[in-house]
Amino acid sequence: METIWFSLVAVMIALYVVLDGFDLGAGIIHLFVARTEAERRTVLASISPVWDGNEVWLIAGGGTLYFAFPSLYSSSFSGFYLPLMMVLWLLILRGIAIEFRNHIRSLVWQPLWDVVFASASGLLAVFFGAALGNVVRGVPLDRSGEFFLPLWTDFSAGKETGILDWYTLLIAAAALLALTVHGALWVALKTEGGVQQRARLAAKRVWWGLGAAIAAITLASFQVQPHLKTSFAERPWGYVFPLVALVGLVGIRMLDGYREGLDAFLCSCLFLIAMLSSAAFGLYPYVLPSNGDPSFSLTVANSAAGTYGLRVGLFWFIPGMVLTASYFVYTYRSFAGKVGKGSV
Amino acid sequence: MDALTIHRLHFAFTITFHYLFPQLTMGLALLILVLKTMALRTGNEHYNHAARFWTKIFAINFAMGVVTGIPMEFQFGTNWARFSKSAGGVIGQTLAMEGVFSFFLESSFLGVFLFGEKRLGPKAHWFAAFLVFAGSWLSGFFIIATNAWMQHPTGYRLDPNGAILLSSFQELLLNPWIFWQYLHNMIGSVVTASFVMASIGAFYLLTRRNEDFGRTFVRLGTIAGAISTLLMIFPTGDGQGKNIAYLQPPTLAAMEGLFETENGAPLAILGQPDVDRRRLDNPLIVPRALSFLTYQRWGAEVKGLNAFPQDRWPDNIPLLYYSYHIMVGLGTAFVGAMALAVFSLWRGKLYGQRPLLWMLMLMLPFPYIATTAGWVTAEMGRQPWLIYGIMRTPAGVSPHVSAGNALFTLLGFMGIYTILAILGLLLVYREIDEGPAHGAAV
Repeated sequence: METIWFSLVAVMIALYVVLDGFDLGAGIIHLFVARTEAERRTVLASISPVWDGNEVWLIAGGGTLYFAFPSLYSSSFSGFYLPLMMVLWLLILRGIAIEFRNHIRSLVWQPLWDVVFASASGLLAVFFGAALGNVVRGVPLDRSGEFFLPLWTDFSAGKETGILDWYTLLIAAAALLALTVHGALWVALKTEGGVQQRARLAAKRVWWGLGAAIAAITLASFQVQPHLKTSFAERPWGYVFPLVALVGLVGIRMLDGYREGLDAFLCSCLFLIAMLSSAAFGLYPYVLPSNGDPSFSLTVANSAAGTYGLRVGLFWFIPGMVLTASYFVYTYRSFAGKVGKGSV
Repeated sequence: MDALTIHRLHFAFTITFHYLFPQLTMGLALLILVLKTMALRTGNEHYNHAARFWTKIFAINFAMGVVTGIPMEFQFGTNWARFSKSAGGVIGQTLAMEGVFSFFLESSFLGVFLFGEKRLGPKAHWFAAFLVFAGSWLSGFFIIATNAWMQHPTGYRLDPNGAILLSSFQELLLNPWIFWQYLHNMIGSVVTASFVMASIGAFYLLTRRNEDFGRTFVRLGTIAGAISTLLMIFPTGDGQGKNIAYLQPPTLAAMEGLFETENGAPLAILGQPDVDRRRLDNPLIVPRALSFLTYQRWGAEVKGLNAFPQDRWPDNIPLLYYSYHIMVGLGTAFVGAMALAVFSLWRGKLYGQRPLLWMLMLMLPFPYIATTAGWVTAEMGRQPWLIYGIMRTPAGVSPHVSAGNALFTLLGFMGIYTILAILGLLLVYREIDEGPAHGAAV
């Protein structure tokens, strides 16, 4: 039962990354690919009907984590106190930048919100990457499964490290590059003309950096978190996840020209999901490893809620997800096609 | 300040600011649905224009509600980790259900509602408005169910290791506390939306701009306002009061400023509680009324604070007493004001009676104050408990988040929310100033 919920929460987080990932990525490249006011409106129009719904995956995923793994939720949220609060501030600023930008037409109003939107999007990608890095590396859990990390100490990824160290910064850089490519592919898919060309070019160029970063984080992760090796050695079928990620990564490059870039975008979705699945598979049964005494680690079993609650949860969660899937199919169909061709 | 005080202020500040927006949007979703229904029934495009105008106000407030709402869920984990660790298996259910059942519904169809009027056609667009309304009222339900469990925990059992485990899903969702609190809260949001609508309508009539819309807004705002303010007092306020009387008796005594147990207890209209001397200074009372309102018998016994050990008293009795009295006082004044306005409307004179229009216009902030005071009453009344009878407030805080870190983020939120408040007011004012006449279907 705990493993089922572990998988469900992992799927929700992966969906969040894929969905909000493309609108974060659109934000990251916003200033580079869209130069005129009309072009900037086009980029925003490509995400404005859906970004809010995409962000709900974070809230719903958080809520699901809260109810299924309350000890993990409370330990990690209070332990990562400062960066999480900063994530909240960035989400607030980014949300109002998208919503408020088009209310006033002025030569100071739009450029201000464009910069807020772009920098908050980029910083969020960095924070989410660093968060993932922290979970893989492990944190200094105490006997009661709690911890508190400062933002940084000596950047060593050792026992006295902070939230930012060379390893988590490396993951953060990879996350930034991955979402940049993801967002660029989305914008290329949804737009035409100059914006589309520049977005395609951005995806192509950043792809090389992403490839290098992925190679680096793969090597570094196995060194920083020895449990990954154990997982893949014990259950070799798990190699399917990194292999699929590799297929996705290559596919982004190879399928660039087909069907307006839809295939490349789907490959990017596949790549992100497979990368996150690799991490989840490699850490299992840990959900938050300790970087000190391994017996203090939070696992799927010792952080889960009571069995009755988990069982009863499935009865509402599954119908709820079926409903949600139908809304998403409906809205994405409603706003399918290029922006500005009567679609928005 | 110690860490506990800062964590409490942190939550109090962020939730108070957050709830300024949902209390408008939940009620407004209903009123927009009414306008869309009138447009569909009469075929009069005027009501669609009116609905579009309110949709713009709705969208700004909704965005503010969303961005300030995310920190609420996060704070259960960041600032109240011990509480979440113990109780997450229970209240996580209702919070996760809110995400799964209402936020997805709301956010998906808000996009369709805002950007799809032309493409959908009138009936489908009405339905999108209905789904946005349903999503927001469902969201209210799950939040109230969560709060109700903290006020009156049901359907749980205590694990020997300290965790609180869910033992009955039905009892969690059918908690007797939910019924009145939910209705009281949701109708409260209709009060806020009605007063805002009437106020802006009165503003248009007084400034002689958009007068046709002004009349529509004043009419709908005062009628909905009259109905909802009455329902706030009876039966919902009355029912909620009885919940407190039966399930949190020390809270009732503190709200009413009643220190001594009395047969035929008086109702204090005014007065200042002096907790050290255990008495109410300068009381203005209605004899025996509290006994009657609580138990329907003029001579019934109502327990005063002295009947309870002091460590079970709410920890800030004056604040609880004042917030309760402000809520009730304003609520009573609202009924009078709306009755006056609706009487004048019925006689066909309201649109020309400038003093009444002035009153309607100036009443805009007061439902916000009443709602906030009501929630302060509920939350201060629950003290000294975080989960009534199970966990005291100091036991729920995050042990490793220091006062310094908590103050840093509290100040950060204060700064960001100040900017949000200024921007929100600016944009809403611009929409009001531009008026409803220009909006075309998108």
